[in-house]
Amino acid sequence: MIRARGLEKRYGQKRVLHGLDVELPRAGFLLVTGPNGSGKTTLLRVLAGLAAPTRGALTVEVDRARLGFLAHEPLVYRELTALENLDLFGRLYRVPERRERIGRLLERFGLWEARSERVSSYSRGMAQRLGLCRALLHEPELLLLDEPYAALDEEGARLLDRELEALAGARTLVVATHEPRRLETLATARLALG
Amino acid sequence: MTYLADVAALARKDLRVALRARDTLPAMLLFVLATLVVFHFALPARADDAAAYGLLWVAIVFTVLLGLTRAWVPEHEHGVLDSLVLAPCDRSAIWLGKTLATLAFLLAAQAVALPVFVLLYAPLDGAALAGTVLADLGLCAVGSLLAAMAAAGRARELLLPLLLLPLAIPLVVGGVGAAISPAEERYLLFLVLYDGVFAVLSWASFEYVVTE
Amino acid sequence: MGLGLALALLVAPEDADQGISQRIFYLHVPIALTAYFCFGLGAWKALLYLWRGEERHDLESYVAVHQGTIFGSLTLITGSIWAKASWGVWWTWSSNQLVLFLVLFLFYCAYFMLRFSLEEGARRARSSAVYALFGVVLIPVSFLAIRLAEDFIHPTVFTREGPQMSGTMFAAFCAMWLAVTLLAYVLYRVELVGKRLSTQLRELAEALR
Repeated sequence: MIRARGLEKRYGQKRVLHGLDVELPRAGFLLVTGPNGSGKTTLLRVLAGLAAPTRGALTVEVDRARLGFLAHEPLVYRELTALENLDLFGRLYRVPERRERIGRLLERFGLWEARSERVSSYSRGMAQRLGLCRALLHEPELLLLDEPYAALDEEGARLLDRELEALAGARTLVVATHEPRRLETLATARLALG
Repeated sequence: MTYLADVAALARKDLRVALRARDTLPAMLLFVLATLVVFHFALPARADDAAAYGLLWVAIVFTVLLGLTRAWVPEHEHGVLDSLVLAPCDRSAIWLGKTLATLAFLLAAQAVALPVFVLLYAPLDGAALAGTVLADLGLCAVGSLLAAMAAAGRARELLLPLLLLPLAIPLVVGGVGAAISPAEERYLLFLVLYDGVFAVLSWASFEYVVTE
Repeated sequence: MGLGLALALLVAPEDADQGISQRIFYLHVPIALTAYFCFGLGAWKALLYLWRGEERHDLESYVAVHQGTIFGSLTLITGSIWAKASWGVWWTWSSNQLVLFLVLFLFYCAYFMLRFSLEEGARRARSSAVYALFGVVLIPVSFLAIRLAEDFIHPTVFTREGPQMSGTMFAAFCAMWLAVTLLAYVLYRVELVGKRLSTQLRELAEALR
């Protein structure tokens, strides 16, 4: 699913990724660990296609339509409601049975009651949960999560645990975190940066 | 046709976000009206109509700058733009949606400002209005691209005017010419040329501005 | 190269017969042409960068635009001197060439502001490249706009007299043009090498850390 050789990413003179090799088969679960500033976010962005590597070879076997990404921020529009946000992304990702799927996701992540309220009124944890919905809406084959537990509340963390347990083995996952303990059992591969 | 559907969804999103923020349209409107009033005190007594048209265009350019900054800063603030770049849609659709939304706001602001201008200063004929719409198009098209560029860096509110003003000069020439010159067709044709060339250029190069 | 430069610089004034106005022309036009060429080169390198993604093209584009801006400002200065010598004023809006260069000067100064405000990296390189392309498209469009603006901006008070050039004067002009182009090329390479060296130094420092 993912094959990288000698991956390097530089921002001007600052080298963030130094010659990484990554090999992840389909349905694998890669756990990326490392302290802050070790390049976890950069690596995920490169894998997602948001940044091109400065050097090295990278093959990711899915296109944008089958890729899901969750960053530190939920990446949703604060002025729109949960429904409107997911409707927009549903359209852009050409999700079939858009309304039903949005409804199911919102319920699964405990956001159904707040569905018609603007994201600006959400707590940080709720917004991040919505971000998770956004990342899962189109049922991606490759899911990239950048420190997903960082902004989640307890409820959200529990829901995410459940979700990851369900997805592990069925979809390919890459999770960057500096709290690996939760996911130790699920991971099939590990990469320590920095 | 999915391209157009994407553009429509994105433009709708831009309009909704800006309308709900409730600062873009009122700010643009108030700014252009206030500037028109300032002009009265800035123009010397014997100045003729022509000067007024010139100042109108200065007002329009700065109003667009206001709208453009408001349109792109939120995208970069929380990195939401990334979510659009990740989507399978064509990146240029993002540009087109934003351009159309900004254009809509500009036209809305002008719908009030132009009658006020006619009331306070000088008449505007059909050619002048056509020139205004054409120049608006050019401003929004190029401005959208430049605003996306500028918003990625620091001092974004300062940078955008510096980037846009030189490119706006031909549009001002076109707009003013269409208003005051007897040979309006030349200016209108020129505006069409500018719009064609720069809109295509902006449309094609947007991809490179939002990806690394 | 230095010899050719000196030769050309000497030849031109000898053949020029009418005072400063004529001599400055020999300097002003080649400098203007060189500036256009530099901007064109900058745009070409920018295109190469967007197409191939090789970092060196970004640096080359930047240096070319930088040289173009330097020569552009020299164009404005020599043009201003010419205006003073020919018509007694330091600036006139009726010289389309001068006005065009003023607009371009503003445009390319903004290029540097853009580079300054973005962090080093692929994003800055790509945005700069796109902007450089816009610049080169702006040149003919602006020229057209300025021509159109003649009607109502300022009446043409001063008629432009392009000097009539005889055989030897034309030769001198060409020699001057060649000299200025060579100068630009030398400056371009010097700056490019200088920038590359400093980049390598920084890379080394970064690697040693």
